[in-house]
Amino acid sequence: MAEFLNMNGYGFYIWSAYGAALTIFIALALATLYKSFRLKREQRLLGKD
Amino acid sequence: MTRKQQRIYSIILIVFGIGIATTLSLMAMEENITYFYTPSDIFEDENLPPQDKAFRLGGLVAEGSLSRNGAIITFIVTDNAHQLSVAYEGITPDLFREGQGIIATGNLNPEGVFVADSLLAKHDENYMPPEVAKALEEVHGSDKTAP
Amino acid sequence: MFGYANPKRYQQLSRIILALALVFAVIFLGEGLYLALIASPPDYQQSETVRIMYIHVPAAWLSMFIYASMAVAALTLIIWKHTLAGFYIRAAAPIGAAFTAICLITGSLWGQPTWGTWWVWDARLTSVLILFFLYLGVMALGNAYDNPDKSQQASAWLVLIGSINLPIIKFSVEWWNTLHQPASLTSLSRMANPGIHPDMLVPLLVMAGGFLCLFVVLAILRLNNEILSRKIHVMRLRTIHG
Repeated sequence: MAEFLNMNGYGFYIWSAYGAALTIFIALALATLYKSFRLKREQRLLGKD
Repeated sequence: MTRKQQRIYSIILIVFGIGIATTLSLMAMEENITYFYTPSDIFEDENLPPQDKAFRLGGLVAEGSLSRNGAIITFIVTDNAHQLSVAYEGITPDLFREGQGIIATGNLNPEGVFVADSLLAKHDENYMPPEVAKALEEVHGSDKTAP
Repeated sequence: MFGYANPKRYQQLSRIILALALVFAVIFLGEGLYLALIASPPDYQQSETVRIMYIHVPAAWLSMFIYASMAVAALTLIIWKHTLAGFYIRAAAPIGAAFTAICLITGSLWGQPTWGTWWVWDARLTSVLILFFLYLGVMALGNAYDNPDKSQQASAWLVLIGSINLPIIKFSVEWWNTLHQPASLTSLSRMANPGIHPDMLVPLLVMAGGFLCLFVVLAILRLNNEILSRKIHVMRLRTIHG
C-alpha cells in the first residue's frame, strides 16, 4: 500500500493531480446542486404570493 | 435581404475578418512564438543566433557525446542535419540522457559552444510500457520512434 | 433543443438522458480510475507520472469540445434567436472552465518532473491559458447586463470570436516549435499509427468516456437551473408590473 501511494517517488505529483481534479468536480457539482435547491425554494415562495 | 440573412452574412464577415487578422498577427509574431531554435535554424538562417540575447536551442542529445567534467556537463545537440556543442552546469531533469530531446537556454560563446544556464527535457509523443520499449530496441536498435 | 417549445417533452427527455449519463459516468470513471491508477503499466520514460495523462488528456479534449459546442450554440442564438442556446452557453461555460483548469493544473504537475519546469510560455500552454480566460470572460459577460437577453447576446459574440483560438490550440504543436509534444492520437499521421500502447490507450479512452458523461450530467443540471432561473425572472417581472 505504501509503495502504491509512493508511486516510485512521483506520488506527490500524481496524487496532487488526481486530488485537484476531484476537488474541482466536487466543487462544481455542489455549486450546481445548491443553486438548484435555492431556485426551487424561490419558485415555491413566489408561487405562494 | 431578411433580418436573419443579414445576421448570417455579418457573422461570416466578422469571423472571416478576425481569422485573417489573427493569422497575420501570428505570422508577424512568429519569432516570439517559436519557443526554441534547432541547430539547423542557427546554421541556415543568417539572422540567427540573435545577437547579445539569450535564446533557446532544442534538439536531441547525440549518442555517445555526453561527458561530465567536474560540475560541468558537455554534450552535442543534433537535429540529424546540424549539431552544436553545449556546456551546462546545474541540475538536470529526470529524463535527461543521450538520445533525449532537450531545450537549453543560453548563448553561443566565441568558440561556438552553446553555454546553457537552464536545461529542460522535451518529451516525445510515444507512450509504452518498459518491456515493450525494450523489445522494440532489440528489434530496431536504438530507433525508439519506430512503431 | 426544439423541445423547449414543449417543456414537458424537454423535461422527460432530459430526465432520461441525465439518468443514463449518471450511470455511465459512474461505470466509466470507476473502471477508468482502476485502469489508470492500478492496472496500467508505467511508461518506459516517464515511469509512473504517465498516470497524470489519464486525466490531463481527457480534460484537454473536453475543454475544447465544450467550447466548440458553445460556438455552435452561439451561432444558433445569434441567427435564430433561440433562447435555449443562450441558456446552454451559460450552463456549459463554467464546466468548460473547470475542465480547462484541470488540464492546466495536471499538466503543470506533469511538467515539473518530466520537463523540469512547472510552466513555460510556449504556444500550446499559452493558447490553453487563453482558452481558460475566454471561459471566464464568457461567464462574466453572461451577467454583465440587467437584461438577461442582452447578456446572452454579448457572451455569444465573445464565444464566436474566441473560437478562432480552437485551431490555434490544436495546431500550435505543429505550426511552431513548442516544449509541448505533438499529438499522439488526434493528428492525421497518427490516426492509423497511434503513439500510445494499447495498455495505455484503453484507460485513456475509458476516462475520456467518463469525463464526457460527467459533462452531460453537469450540463443538464445547470441547463435546468438556467431555465428555472428565467422562469423566476419572468414571475418576478409579472409581480412587479402586474
